[in-house]
Amino acid sequence: MVEPAVDLTHGHAHDDHADHGPQGWLKYLWSTDHKVIAMQYMFTGMFMALIGGFMAYVFRMQLAFPGMPVPGFGMVSPGEYNALVTNHGTIMIFWVAMPVLLAAFGNFLIPLMIGADDMVFPKINRLSFQVFFVSTIVILASLVVEGGGFAGAWTAYPPLSADSTYNLTPLGSTLWVIGVGLEFVAFLLGGINFITTLMNSRAPGMRAFDVPIVVWMIVVASILFMLSVGPLLAGAIMLIFDQTIGTGFYNPATGGDPILWQHLFWFFGHPEVYVVLLPAMGVVIEIITTFARKKLFAYRTVIFTIVATGVLSFFVWAHHQFIAGIDPRMANIFTITTLLISVPIAELCFIYIATLYGGSITLSTPMLWGLAFVAEFLIGGVTGIFLGAAGADIYFHDTYFVLAHFHYTFFPIAIIGTFAAFTYWFPKMFGKMMDERLGKWHFWLTIIPFNMIFIPLFVLGMGGQHRRIYNYTHFPELAIDIFQDMRIVATFALLIMLGAQFIFFYNCWKSWRSKERAPRNPWKANSLEWTTESPPPHGNWHPDRMPVVYRGPYEYNVPGREDDYWPQNEPK
Amino acid sequence: MSAQARVIPFRPRPHRAKKIVSNGVLGMILFVFVEIMLFAGFISAFVIIKARAVGSVWPPPNQPRLPFAETAVNTTALIASGIVLLIAHTMFQRGNRDIRTLLAAATVLGGTFVALQGVEWLALIQEGLTITSSTYGALFYTIIGAHALHAVAAIAALGWAFARLVGDRLTKEAMSTVALFWYFVVLVWPFLYFQVYL
Repeated sequence: MVEPAVDLTHGHAHDDHADHGPQGWLKYLWSTDHKVIAMQYMFTGMFMALIGGFMAYVFRMQLAFPGMPVPGFGMVSPGEYNALVTNHGTIMIFWVAMPVLLAAFGNFLIPLMIGADDMVFPKINRLSFQVFFVSTIVILASLVVEGGGFAGAWTAYPPLSADSTYNLTPLGSTLWVIGVGLEFVAFLLGGINFITTLMNSRAPGMRAFDVPIVVWMIVVASILFMLSVGPLLAGAIMLIFDQTIGTGFYNPATGGDPILWQHLFWFFGHPEVYVVLLPAMGVVIEIITTFARKKLFAYRTVIFTIVATGVLSFFVWAHHQFIAGIDPRMANIFTITTLLISVPIAELCFIYIATLYGGSITLSTPMLWGLAFVAEFLIGGVTGIFLGAAGADIYFHDTYFVLAHFHYTFFPIAIIGTFAAFTYWFPKMFGKMMDERLGKWHFWLTIIPFNMIFIPLFVLGMGGQHRRIYNYTHFPELAIDIFQDMRIVATFALLIMLGAQFIFFYNCWKSWRSKERAPRNPWKANSLEWTTESPPPHGNWHPDRMPVVYRGPYEYNVPGREDDYWPQNEPK
Repeated sequence: MSAQARVIPFRPRPHRAKKIVSNGVLGMILFVFVEIMLFAGFISAFVIIKARAVGSVWPPPNQPRLPFAETAVNTTALIASGIVLLIAHTMFQRGNRDIRTLLAAATVLGGTFVALQGVEWLALIQEGLTITSSTYGALFYTIIGAHALHAVAAIAALGWAFARLVGDRLTKEAMSTVALFWYFVVLVWPFLYFQVYL
């Protein structure tokens, strides 16, 4: 049932809501509205996903059919292969996962879910997107400059990354580091907004533990990011100097140390994975509670767990360096901390199950994505245990086992989590409902091929297949038929999965064009964003009718109530 | 799972949570934490590279020595600037808006620090310590240069606050925000000074 839109045209002027804010295409240059900025991040991130996905298509075709020209690309040289895998990783992490999960959904959801009219620093918010946009241009430019894009792996270890006589891409390498650095600055600016807004702009009555978990997750993720990125920014500045003006921070010949870069990188790199994980887990909690019509099991435990995870995440980084020549005693310590950190995350998975148990479950498209997240991430997490044990890692390091592990974690985070959030909040963001049938086709045609891509890669990894090699027929022990068959299976599965994304785009377009408007609260959920129009107006609510909160966000199926949900802002 | 009667407390008069710190101050605190981590990265790079010096000889024998004594003068100017600003800030928070002289003094002292540092840098370059003459030089110019950039930005912020003060448009929140950044610039300096110059 569509409620009438709020009439904002009163006689008296009241602050800068109503239809204030730039109109038309200028909106996208000057708007400080968190929802516009969210959409800007969302569409930039999704566009970059197409680029990252295309890169995966090209290099997987090369691996399955080495030496054959790839349709739509041509012959893949070894240097180009390395550039493709490098930039696939870089783009997917920094220009897809982070912008979509953290920046887009963080920007869209936080003010709405806490009952605020916007972020506390709207101009800094706009600046953050502008810096991000520049970083996108820079990283794309790095791909097309003379010499080609940086090809030294997303981890950019020196001396390969520092010395252009080794990497052969002087321009691309420097642009890559600058692009990544600018992206960090953009997210630092955004993070300041998220944290301050949550702390200071909550609606009356919204106590800390009445805030939806996804908001907590995004804010904790922002804190993790902000605390961990400083050392890498320092390291990146030193790398740029090594690349451009001939300093030797990472060069042993001048007293520098390549392992220094590794430590600076991974000190950030490990918390970074939790930066992207936490928002995805938060999204899944929102979806599971809504579609199981059930209160979240142990809300406060979840909060303490993610804080513990965040703290622990700063003490595990050297598990990426077990065979880099570090002292084995240090490796032992990091093994212990790494195995420890699996405990809080496993606990969160148990909390998911406990929340679902006894619930009234509806298998809508968002719920399917949410449940798939739990199942697939579990596989990723468990395989991480093998890698966290330093002894096993001696064999597994740099094999496809690692690659399959982190795709079983990153894919649920960046792809499943995104589709979960997108299908769940699409009605609120765009005012239309998505087609459920198309949604389910898209879901199954993505999930099943996803597993068909990466399970063979686990097997190949265990068989000894190393990463970052453009043609395995050059290695007799890896060129055996069964291995090559698995590579081909994985590639075909990727083609099916990429093809299935057209269903998603068609669904988006068709839903966007549909005449039928979405109701305010199609899922009958409790949190505040569902109390305003779809899509919300500038200022989110009428200034005289800002929400007031009376309870937590997960009061579903409360005994004694007629409705099976109880919105936060209803007094009784 | 039994459906127990659960009492959900009713809040007859929901109220807004009190802000523990204002928006600007909280934002600046977060920003300062990021900057602390940035300098922590630089200092750890310094410590690691120094620890790897051949024969534990540091500074390297063929490089000019850093002017520890002369920089003590600059350091004094910077610390004085911090103390003056603290006085001005405290007075302002207590309602005394007549802090123009103090704020100007803090800004000028800060500018003195940057200017004298610049003079010393020119001298060092003359003597042959450049960013590429050695990793010692590279670390020096990168770390101290990063601090200098922050100092310049903070002085610009102090100038902005001064302009606002003159126009009587400076709020307590804005003053605290700008002051916090300057305190960071001042307080991080001794760590850099004693680590890098000694």
